[in-house]
Amino acid sequence: MKLQRLILLCIVGLTMTIAFPCAAAPEQTTTAEITPWFVPGRAVLLVWLVLLSAVVLGSIAVARKGVVFKVRRIAGLAAVDEAVGRATEMGRPILFVPGIQDMDNVQTIAGLTVLSRVGRTVADYDASIEVPVSRSLVMAAAREAIASSYLAAGRADGFNPNSVYYVTDEQFGYTAYVSGLMVRKKPAACFYMGQFFAESLILSETGNSIGAIQIAGTAETSQLPFFVAACDYTLIGEEFFAASAYLSGEPDQMGSLRGQDIAKAMVGIVLVLGVLALTLTAMTGQFSGIGSFFQSLAGG
Amino acid sequence: MNRQIALLVTLVSGVLMVLSGFLIPTQSWAEDVAEWFNVLASIAFVLGAANLAKIHLSKISSRDEGWGFSAVTLIAFVATLAIGFLKIGVAPLETAPLVSMSGEKDGEGSAFWWLYTFVMSPITATMFSLLAFYVASAAFRAFRAKNVEATLLLVAAFIVLLGRTFAGVVLTGWIPDSLSFLRLENLSTIIFEVFASAGNRAIIIGIALGVAATSLKIILGIDRSYMGSGD
Repeated sequence: MKLQRLILLCIVGLTMTIAFPCAAAPEQTTTAEITPWFVPGRAVLLVWLVLLSAVVLGSIAVARKGVVFKVRRIAGLAAVDEAVGRATEMGRPILFVPGIQDMDNVQTIAGLTVLSRVGRTVADYDASIEVPVSRSLVMAAAREAIASSYLAAGRADGFNPNSVYYVTDEQFGYTAYVSGLMVRKKPAACFYMGQFFAESLILSETGNSIGAIQIAGTAETSQLPFFVAACDYTLIGEEFFAASAYLSGEPDQMGSLRGQDIAKAMVGIVLVLGVLALTLTAMTGQFSGIGSFFQSLAGG
Repeated sequence: MNRQIALLVTLVSGVLMVLSGFLIPTQSWAEDVAEWFNVLASIAFVLGAANLAKIHLSKISSRDEGWGFSAVTLIAFVATLAIGFLKIGVAPLETAPLVSMSGEKDGEGSAFWWLYTFVMSPITATMFSLLAFYVASAAFRAFRAKNVEATLLLVAAFIVLLGRTFAGVVLTGWIPDSLSFLRLENLSTIIFEVFASAGNRAIIIGIALGVAATSLKIILGIDRSYMGSGD
C-alpha cells in the first residue's frame, strides 16, 4: 500500500507540474524556442486520469480497512455457477472463448480474469472446460490461469493442459473451428469474454442452435446488440470489467468497483452541469465562461 | 520470484505506455515496449504452431471424433508453411533476375499468392456471408413483440430499416414540410442521433472508466487473477 501511495503522490505531483502550466499558458512557449515535451491538448485528460486513479486507490484503501461495499446483482455473473452446474449435470463440456485479440488488449486480460474464476468453479464441480484461443500468448496465459484455479481448488491433478489450445490467428478460420467444435461436442455452457468482431454473432447463434446456456461479455459496443440478441446473459461494457470483482468478492477488487462508481458520479455531475451551463448560455447569451469551462473539462 | 519479475515488467511497461500518452520524450520508449511485445508474440507463435501440431496429431492417432478435420488442418498448415518458406512460384526481382527466390513470397503469380487469392479469400468470404443468415435468425428472435421493451425495439427497428431505404422516403414523402420530422428517414435519423447516441455514450463512459480502473489494477499488481494468482 505504501508503494501505491508513493506512486499516486508521484503521479499527482507530476500532473500538477505538467498539466496546469501547459493548460494555462500554452502561448508562453513556442515550438521554435523549446522542443515541446507535453502532448498538446491532453492536460485535462491527465487530470481526469489522476482523479480516477486517486479515487480508485482511495476506495481500495477504504475497503482494506474492512468497510464492506454492496454490489448490485449482475444476472450474467450470478449465472456462472448455474451454467457450470448445468454442464456438469449433463456431462458436457464448457466452452470458453477469450476473444480474438492478444494479451496487449485489456479486454483479453479481463476475459482471462473471468476465466480464472470460471476455472475455479469448474475445478470445484469437477466439470470439463475447453478453451480454444486465437493467439499463442493468450494460450500460455490461459493455461497458467486455469492451472492456478485447479491448484487453488485443491485439484491440481485434475487440470488437463490440452484443454487450452491454439487454433489460428485468422479471424474466420478460428470462427469456423469453434463453430464446428460447438456442433460436434455440443457444450452445455458457452462463455464469450473478450474483444469480438464479426464472429460474435456466428459463435453465439451457433451456441443458441445447440441449446447451450450462453454468457457473453465485451466492451466492443458494435457487437453488444448481437450478443444481447443471441445469448442468455450479456455483460455490457463496464459489467464485463466488474466481473472479476463480483466473482472474487476480494476487498481490493470491491474497492476498485466503488472507485469506478464514484468516478462515474463525478462524470455525471460534470455532464449535467455542463449541459445546464451551455443551455443557459444559448438561452440568455450569458454564462459563456462557465460553459467554456465545462467544455474544456470534457476535453472539448 | 518469476511472478515478481513479471509484475515489475508489467508495472514498468504499463507506466511507460500511460506516460507516452502525455509526455513526448517517453513516446519512443513506449514504441520500444510495443516492439518487445511483437518480439514476444512472434516467439510465442512457434509455441502455438507446436501446440497445433501436437493437438491435431494426437486427435488423428487416437481417431477422435472429427479426426479427419485435424488431418486437413495439418496438411494445409504444413503445405502453406512449405510454400511460403520455399517461395514456390515466386518471380525473381528485376534487380536480381538470376536469384530465383529473390521476389516477395506473396507476389502476384506465386503459389502463396494463389493460395491466398483462390482458397483463403473465398473461404473467408463464405464465412463472412453466413452472417446474413445469422443476422436474420437473431433478428427474428429479438424482434418478437413479447413485452413492452421488445415491442419498442421492433417499432424502432422497423422505422430505422424503412427509413434507410427508398421505400421509406416514398411512403412518407407526402407529409408536409411543417411536419417533416415525422417522415421515416427523419425519424430514423432522430432514433440514431438522439436515442441510440445517448445510450451508446453512456455505455462508452462506463467502458472507459472500466478500462482505466482495470488497467490501473493490472499495472499496480492489485489484480493478478489473469496470471492465475487471484486466490
